Amino acid sequence: MSAPLSSPTTQVDPALDEDVSGDTPWQAIVWNDPVNLMSYVTYVLQKIFGYPEPKATALMLDVHHKGKAAVSSGDKDKIEGDVAKLHAAGLWATMQRT
Amino acid sequence: MNGWRRSGRGGRARLVATLEEQESIVLRGLVGEVVGMLDGREAETPTDELAELTGMRTGPSKRPEDRVLARLLPDFTMEDADLASGLRSLHEPALIEAKKQAASTVLEALPPEGGRVELTPDQADEWLRALNDVRLALGTALDVSEETPEELPDDDPRSPHLGVYHWLTFVQDSLVQARMGLL
Repeated sequence: MSAPLSSPTTQVDPALDEDVSGDTPWQAIVWNDPVNLMSYVTYVLQKIFGYPEPKATALMLDVHHKGKAAVSSGDKDKIEGDVAKLHAAGLWATMQRT
Repeated sequence: MNGWRRSGRGGRARLVATLEEQESIVLRGLVGEVVGMLDGREAETPTDELAELTGMRTGPSKRPEDRVLARLLPDFTMEDADLASGLRSLHEPALIEAKKQAASTVLEALPPEGGRVELTPDQADEWLRALNDVRLALGTALDVSEETPEELPDDDPRSPHLGVYHWLTFVQDSLVQARMGLL
C-alpha cells in the first residue's frame, strides 16, 4: 500500500481482537497491493464492517507489513458477501477455510 | 484542485472541491476508459434465454485474460479453482454493475468545463470507489510497485501517466480524509 500524505499514528495489536480468530470455518483475507492507499483501506474496513478506527487501522497495518490479514470470519455465505463488498471497494480480497 | 473540504453539518454535510477544466477532462476520460473495459467484459457473455426469463444473470466463470480487468475483478478464492469459477460466475455481473454505478456518479457530477463539485457522503463513497478503480487500472498498466519513485526520468514513456496517477492518489486520499471526518 502507499501513504501519500499521512501515516496512521494509532497502533493496536489485532491479535487481541477475538472475533477474527474465533472458531469459524471461513475467513475473508485482504492482501497487500501497491495501489490501494493506507487511508482508503482503513476507511473501507470501518465502513464495511463497522470496525472502530483503531481496529481498522491495526488490520490495515497488518496487511501492509505482513502482506495480508484476516479481516472477518464466519460461515461461507457471510464471508462470500464480505469478499463481494471488498471487491466492490477495489480491495484485493479472497476467502479461505480456517 | 486544492483537495476536498467539508461543508455543512449533519444531514447537510457535503464534500466540496473545485476542479480545473483540464482536471475534469482527464478524470472524465479515465473513468470512461474503465467503463469501456467493463462494458467489453460484459459483452463477452451475452445474455442467454434463461437469464432473460428469470432476470438472473450469470457471468463468465473464467478470470479475465487482460491483467487490468483481472485486477478490477479478482478471484474469490485461491485454494479451490472450481469454487473460484462458480463464485465469479455468480458475483461478477453485480460487481461490474456496482463499478459502473460508481463511475456514472462521477461522470454525472463532473462539470465539463471545470468548477465546483459538491457531494453527499453517499456520493463521496461512490467517488472513492470509482477513483480507486481508475488508480487500480492505471497502476496495473504502469506496473506501479511500492518502489515506484515519485517521478520517472523525462524520457520514460510512462512519465506523464505517472504524474496523472499521483494526482489521482492526491484526489482520492484527500477525499478519504474529508469523508472520514463525517464518520
